[in-house]
Amino acid sequence: MTGVSKWYDDFQVLRDISLTVEVGEKLVICGPSGSGKSTVVRLLAGLETHQQGDIHLQGGVMDAQRPGDIGMVFQSFNLFPHLSVLDNLTLGPVKALGLSRAEAEERARAYLDRVRIPEQAEKRPAQLSGGQQQRVAIARALCMEPKLMLFDEPTSALDPEMIAEVLEVMEDLAADGMTMICVTHEMGFARRVADRIAFMDAGEIVEIGAPEQVFKAPESERFALFLDKILKH
Amino acid sequence: MTFRTIALLSSVLLLTACSAAPGTWGWYVIDPTTDNGWTNIRFLIRGFTSTIQISVLAAVASIIIGLLVALPAFAQNRWLRLPNRIYVEFIRAIPLLPMLFWVFYGLPVVMRGMGISISIDPFWGAVITLALSDSAFTAEIFRAGIQSVPRGQAEAAQTIGLSRAKAMRYVILPQAVRRILPPLANQFIYIVKMSAFASVIGMQELTRRANELVVTEYRPLEIYTLLILEYLVLVLIISAGVRWLERRMGADESR
Repeated sequence: MTGVSKWYDDFQVLRDISLTVEVGEKLVICGPSGSGKSTVVRLLAGLETHQQGDIHLQGGVMDAQRPGDIGMVFQSFNLFPHLSVLDNLTLGPVKALGLSRAEAEERARAYLDRVRIPEQAEKRPAQLSGGQQQRVAIARALCMEPKLMLFDEPTSALDPEMIAEVLEVMEDLAADGMTMICVTHEMGFARRVADRIAFMDAGEIVEIGAPEQVFKAPESERFALFLDKILKH
Repeated sequence: MTFRTIALLSSVLLLTACSAAPGTWGWYVIDPTTDNGWTNIRFLIRGFTSTIQISVLAAVASIIIGLLVALPAFAQNRWLRLPNRIYVEFIRAIPLLPMLFWVFYGLPVVMRGMGISISIDPFWGAVITLALSDSAFTAEIFRAGIQSVPRGQAEAAQTIGLSRAKAMRYVILPQAVRRILPPLANQFIYIVKMSAFASVIGMQELTRRANELVVTEYRPLEIYTLLILEYLVLVLIISAGVRWLERRMGADESR
């Protein structure tokens, strides 16, 4: 994305954001609330519109993408409560990609295996724990075989003991070479997985760099202060 | 709750009627043990057929019209949303009885002017009027129900590649139905009661039959009391059905 700006009425949420993510790269975005980090991810997912600048995916404009090319995982899971876990996973492939029911189910079960909950396929989302629900949400996005996976604070709504199981699944995914952009405050995860970390504040990317460099010696005072706060507790 | 209020008011009405006029209470007009009383009761009860037919047809039509009217309310374009607002505000403002007169006496004239010669009989006049009048309310019920589904659901549907129409069909509407059904059932009870207005254009439903019997028997208190009981029974049955449906769906939700 180049020179992207966005306003809500008079309030500017994004200021001239330029960002390039290579295929296979893992980018972690962090920053205080209201810094615009969620907005960046939601823009890429096509959930928001921007007023200035361009966004391209592998050389094409965003609108021309195949449905489901960009997978999104939400903080609040957003599973479909009226459908079974299996139907949550097959809905997109069947209705948007035109797969047959049998093909979609085979694919869904494969991805449920991958997020380590094959035995929950017939249950409703409400019967699962938060961690399990988020893993289903990841599998649902994967079923569309996306080129890019977006995560918007995927562990922020979870109890501490469930955060690990979701992060493990995400690390597996990273190890398989998926291109990922992840908004999170899990700095341990960022250190282990991220190729680069971007720190956002007040609608700008203040600093971006490799984790070892950024953690050791943050260039900006704002980032240093932020790291200090979240790493201390 | 509407149902309890009706039940309570009816009981009060009955008790007052019985106790206020002990000497003049003329059971004989509706005494099933006498030939005359039994004939009268059968005459009154046959009105259930029309009342139920009119109500069910009007309710089904109202739901279809209501859904069609509600959907434009979710358009992103302001001008596409406008027809929804106009329809709801306009139809909702017309009292039922004037609308019934207009449909029954006026609509055939309008149609004749357009070169279509139709006559509207009391049955269809009542069905059309009730359906139109109620559809403004069902449209609002649909709109509120659809809006009550959290935004994240539509967003999740979008990210797995569903178009707006498919998201509505497979994600939003199935969830909205659970919230829509209870108020919709309430609306059905309302239709049943409002169908009494069909009596003024000559439809022989429950109320018209009671009126006709009063003219021949001169016993308004007894006959109208029985009429109220007839509606009470009908509404009680519907209420029981609705509660059964709600329980079933509630169980489904937590399953």
